[in-house]
Amino acid sequence: MSQSFRRISAIFQRYVLLHRRSLIRAFDICFWPVMDLLIWGFVTMYLQQLAGGSAAQVIVFLIGALISWDIHYRGQQAVTISLMEEIWTRNIVNMLIAPIRLWEWIAASFLYATLKVGLVTLILCVLAKTLYAFEIVRVGWTFVPLAASLLLFGWAIGLLTAGLLLKFGYAAEALIWGIPFLLQPFSCVFYPVESLPHWAQRMARCLPSTYAFEALRASLRGGTVEWSVWGWIVGLNVSYFALGLGCLIWCFQDARAAGRLSRLGQE
Amino acid sequence: MGFMSTRPLEIAQLVFRYPNAGAPAVDRLEMTVEPGEIVGLLGPNGAGKTTTLQAVLGLLQPASGTVRVFGHSPLSDRTHVLPRINFASVDVDLPSNLAARECLRIVAGLYGVRDAARQIDALIAQFELGSLQRHLVGSLSAGEHMRLKLCKALLTSPELLILDEPTLNLDPYMAQKVRELLKSIQRQRGMSILHTSHNMQEVETFCDRIVFLHHGKKLAEGTPRDILARFQSHSLDELFIRVAVSGELFQVR
Repeated sequence: MSQSFRRISAIFQRYVLLHRRSLIRAFDICFWPVMDLLIWGFVTMYLQQLAGGSAAQVIVFLIGALISWDIHYRGQQAVTISLMEEIWTRNIVNMLIAPIRLWEWIAASFLYATLKVGLVTLILCVLAKTLYAFEIVRVGWTFVPLAASLLLFGWAIGLLTAGLLLKFGYAAEALIWGIPFLLQPFSCVFYPVESLPHWAQRMARCLPSTYAFEALRASLRGGTVEWSVWGWIVGLNVSYFALGLGCLIWCFQDARAAGRLSRLGQE
Repeated sequence: MGFMSTRPLEIAQLVFRYPNAGAPAVDRLEMTVEPGEIVGLLGPNGAGKTTTLQAVLGLLQPASGTVRVFGHSPLSDRTHVLPRINFASVDVDLPSNLAARECLRIVAGLYGVRDAARQIDALIAQFELGSLQRHLVGSLSAGEHMRLKLCKALLTSPELLILDEPTLNLDPYMAQKVRELLKSIQRQRGMSILHTSHNMQEVETFCDRIVFLHHGKKLAEGTPRDILARFQSHSLDELFIRVAVSGELFQVR
């Protein structure tokens, strides 16, 4: 077993054990996504009743979008929370002085995020099928790369928010929870990009999530996703990932230069 | 590889200033720790002890000067330095939401400790944590938690152990026991220790050499006996108070 693999699995194990040890944490993984699904699902069912059969497609779009947005959101949260966890429990110094490379820590937090996202997505898909007769397989195989792109974008934002946490400490907590919601209106999760005002469309087209949700809707309509759309998704995701990683490294170095690393969580 | 590169710790002209702070927290500090030596870092609050320890651990970037741990920089040669050192502090906790043994198992994984289960068993027995190993860290008393932190620090067989107030939360009986245990492990392994404490009696009996700091500057250095003789003091306690009050030691010749 390579040393890196051993270290990654030790960090991963540390995060997974948190859930085994705490029922509330395990419950928290599913609680909010399930609540979102219930509320949005029932709202769209009601709209469907009002509008008759013409709104049938709406529920499919909304539930599909909701499940997909959760992949991005949970991915971001898991990456940031893995760092926050160390600060909350005053264990951050132990992690920083352990012979772990930055990429190993990041890889472990990505693995943890993937496990969390996979579990939540599975639960949401089963619930959506049971309550609203929505089957994610309607998207087809396209769903796999779309979900992966949303997860990658979530990781990129997670790295960025983790960097902000290192730079500003707890003062950045509101940003950490708020940034996904800042991106949501411009990601065109529940509506097509053309429905936005012109200035907002420009912003929307800078986000890989916009292209992913457009592609999702196209797939649900039975259409195909053009190669150029995949190009934008990959290109923007790579750019945001580089930006997130760069921000994390810069904030880490800045915190170290200012002697703030061991005081994280006390500001 | 020469002698210099095998010295556990060598600090030269170290300066660190916190942003928006007037005076530097550490000011042109020079000190070493030799193989198998226990060095006590003493000084009143704000003397620069913790900042110095952080520089040794690579947690901060000095404004100037160098820190060398076994000849390597803890900033740029982390992979060479970090497997050889470990740290226990009253201010740094282990994850409160894991069981005591789980914490040690994860640390063993991070450092690649061989025969981890046996080593964990031995340390848990030595620090009398056997009945608590399946308890959540958050449910341990401050003293029990400190003993667990020492287990964590020793589990990786560090060649340089850094201790920040290791006996602060321990009752006198356990503090004495822990000191004896640390000393015996230190002799057995030939380990070097850099140690801070406000317990002057402990420093006097535990340390081979002490470095007195005040406002980030080194005021004095030597064996506890030498220091007491040089400054005509009956105890380190008295000397410590002298430093805290006047900021000087008034060397007697």
